[in-house]
Amino acid sequence: MTRAAEFHVPLATRRSATGIPTGRLALWWVLASEIVIFGGLLASYVMFRLHHPHWAEEASHTNVWAGGFNTFVLLTSSLFAVLGHQAAEHGDGTRAARFLKLTVLGGLVFLGVKTVEWSGEISHGFTIYRDLFWTFYYTATGLHGLHVIAGMIVLWLVARDAGRGKNLHRVELIGIYWHFVDAVWIFLFPLFYIAR
Amino acid sequence: MAEADAQSFWSRYLFSTDHKIIGLQYLFTGMFMGLVGAFLAYVFRMQLAFPGAHVPLYGVVTPLQYNALVTNHGAIMIFWVAMPILIAGLGNYLIPLMLGCDDMVFPRLNRLSYQIFFLSAVLILVSLFVPGGGFGGAWTAYPPLSASAQYNHTPWGAPLWLIAVALEFVAFLLGGINFITTVMNARAPGMGPLQIPIFVWMVVIASVVFMASVGPLVAGAIMLLFDQLLGTHFYDPKAGGDPLLWQHLFWFFGHPEVYVVLLPALGIVAEVITVFARKKLFAYKTILYTSFATGIISFFVWAHHQFVAGIDPRMAHLFTITTLIISIPIAEMTFAFIATLYGGSIELRTPMLWALAFIAEFLIGGVTGIFLGANATDIYLHDSYFVVAHFHYTFFPIAVIAGFAAITFWFPKMFGRHMNETLGKIHFWGTIIPFNFVFIPLFVLGAAGEHRRIYSYEHFSQLFTPGLQNLRVLATVALVVMLLFQFVFLYNFVRSWIAGEKAEPNPWRANTLEWAAPSPPPHGNFAEMPTVYRGPYEYSVPGRPLDYWPQHLPS
Repeated sequence: MTRAAEFHVPLATRRSATGIPTGRLALWWVLASEIVIFGGLLASYVMFRLHHPHWAEEASHTNVWAGGFNTFVLLTSSLFAVLGHQAAEHGDGTRAARFLKLTVLGGLVFLGVKTVEWSGEISHGFTIYRDLFWTFYYTATGLHGLHVIAGMIVLWLVARDAGRGKNLHRVELIGIYWHFVDAVWIFLFPLFYIAR
Repeated sequence: MAEADAQSFWSRYLFSTDHKIIGLQYLFTGMFMGLVGAFLAYVFRMQLAFPGAHVPLYGVVTPLQYNALVTNHGAIMIFWVAMPILIAGLGNYLIPLMLGCDDMVFPRLNRLSYQIFFLSAVLILVSLFVPGGGFGGAWTAYPPLSASAQYNHTPWGAPLWLIAVALEFVAFLLGGINFITTVMNARAPGMGPLQIPIFVWMVVIASVVFMASVGPLVAGAIMLLFDQLLGTHFYDPKAGGDPLLWQHLFWFFGHPEVYVVLLPALGIVAEVITVFARKKLFAYKTILYTSFATGIISFFVWAHHQFVAGIDPRMAHLFTITTLIISIPIAEMTFAFIATLYGGSIELRTPMLWALAFIAEFLIGGVTGIFLGANATDIYLHDSYFVVAHFHYTFFPIAVIAGFAAITFWFPKMFGRHMNETLGKIHFWGTIIPFNFVFIPLFVLGAAGEHRRIYSYEHFSQLFTPGLQNLRVLATVALVVMLLFQFVFLYNFVRSWIAGEKAEPNPWRANTLEWAAPSPPPHGNFAEMPTVYRGPYEYSVPGRPLDYWPQHLPS
C-alpha cells in the first residue's frame, strides 16, 4: 500500500505565509473547536445549576480530596510537558521523551484516582440515574477523561518519535493540547466539586 | 508526475491524498446523496397529493415511514448534499488551486475527513433499513420524541441517525481546520488577504462559523445519545431535564449552519457573475466585510426558531431585531452582484444563467424570511408549509442552483472538457420553472394553515378542500417533472466527461489562479508556484488589449 508516492510531500505542507508553523496554527483551531464543545456542555450545566438549588446538596457527596489530588497530579504532569518542550527546543530527544513519559504517568495516576472515585460513588448509590446533577457529573468528567486518554496515547506516540530524534516540533504541540486538557479540569473541578 | 501514474487504481482514486481527487469524491458522494434525498421527497410528496395511494417505485407509505422519509430528506439534503458539494467538494478542489499551491497543508487529514464522511453517509443510509425503520423525529430531532424509543418507536434508527450526524460533524471539523490553516499558511507569494478570491474567503468564514457553532450541538448530541441509549434524563422534564435545552443547543448550531452553506454559494455566484459580466466585482471589500458580519450576526439569531416554544416575549423582540438585521449584509451582497452586472457585457452561458437564477430565487427566500423572523407573524406561520416553502427557496438556490452553477462553471477545469451548452440550458429551464411550481403553491398552502409533518390531510376537513388538494397535486407533479429533468443533467455530465469538446486551460478567460493550471490539473497542480501580482477581479481594465488580466501575469 505505501509506495514512494505516499511520501511525496506537497510544497503546501511546508509553506508558512503567516510565519506561524502550520501545526501550531491547526492545533489552536482544534482547541477552539474543543472549547466550544466543553463550553456548550458546561453552559448547559450552569444554567441548570442556577435553577436547581438542591444540586448543592448532591454536589457535597463528591470527593473533594480526590478531585484536589487529581488537580495537583494534572498540573504536575503539565509541568513535565513544559520541561519536555524545553528539552526538545535544545534538540535533546531522549530527555524530551523521558519527560513526556512522566506526563503519561501523570495521566495514568489521574485516571486511577478517578476509577477509585467513581467506583466508590457508584457503590454508594450515586449512579448516573440518581439525579440530573450526577448525569452531568459523569458526562462532563467522562468526556474529560476521554480527552485525557486520547492525550496520553498521542503523548506516547510523540515520546516514541522524540526518543528516536524524529518530529521534535510535535513535543510542543502535544504539550499545548495537554495544557488544554488541564485547563478544562481546572474548570470542571470547582464547578462540580467545590461549588455549593 | 511519474510517481503519481505508478500508483495502483486504489491508492490513486480511493485512498488518494490529492485534494482534487478528494474534492471530486465529496462532489460525487453529494450528488449521489442528492438523488437519494430527492427520491425521498418524491415519495412523500406523492403521499401528500394522493393519500394512501400506491407510490410507483416504493409502495404504500405508512405514517411511521412518512416521518422517516421527511426526517431523512431534511438531514440528507443539508448534511450530505449541501455541505459536501459546496464546502467540502468545491472547497477541496478549488482552494489550493485558487491559492496557487499544490495541495492542502494536511493531505492525510483531508483523506481521513473524507473517509469519516463516507462512513457517516453509509450509516445514514443503513439507518433507513434497520429494524423499526429510520428515525422519524424531524431533522431537528427535538426531544422528548427523539430521546426515547418508547416515543419514536425507532430503537435502532434514532441512535444510528444521531451517530451518523455526529460523524459528519467530525469530518467537517477536520476539513474546516484544514481549510482555514491552508488559507492562512499556504498562499502563493504575493497573495495578500485582499488578493484571495471571494469564494475562498467565503469557505473560510463558513468553516470558522461552523467550527464555533457546532460545539454546543456536539455536546447536546452526546447528551441526547445518553438519553437514547442509557436512559438518562437530560431532556426529560419529569426528571428535572429540559427539552428546550436541546432546542437552544441545536439552533445555536442550526441557524449559523444556514449561513455556513449560504456563504460558499454566494462566493460561487460572485466568481461566476464577475467572469460572465466581464466586469470587476463590485465592492470586493464590502462583500468581504458583510460576509464577516453575516458570520458574526448568525450567532445571535437562533432563538427565532423558538418563538412559539415559550420564550420570554422581550427575548423574542430582541431576536426579531437581530433576525431582521442579518438580512442587511445578505441584501448588500445581492446588491453588489446586481451592481456587478450593471453595465457589464453579459454572456448568458449556462453557469451565468444559474448564477442569475440564484439571485432571483434566493431573493424570494430571503423576503419571505422577514415574515417568519418577525415574531408576531411567526406565531401564526410557525411550522406551517409557509416555513417549508421559505427555507426551500433559500436552500434550493444554495445547494442546487449554486451547485449547478459551480459544476457547470468548473467542469472544464475538472475534466478538461466542455459540457454541452444546449443540454445545459434545457436542464436549467427544466429545473427552474418546475421548482417555482413546487414551492409557490406551498406558500399558499402554508398561509391557509396547512401544518408541516402531517401524514395525510384526509382527517382535516378544512385542509382537504378541493382547492388546497389541487395545489398539493400541482406541487407534486411539478416535482416529478423537475426530477425527470435532472436525468438530462446526469446524461450531459457523463457524456461530456467521456466525449465532450476539449477545453482550453482557461475557457472562460478568467483571472483566478485555478485557470492558470492545466485542465485537468496534474498531481501538484502547477509546474511551479505562481506569484500573484494583483487582485482576482481585474476585468476590462482600460488600456489593456485583453479584457482580463490573470493574477499571475507580471505587469
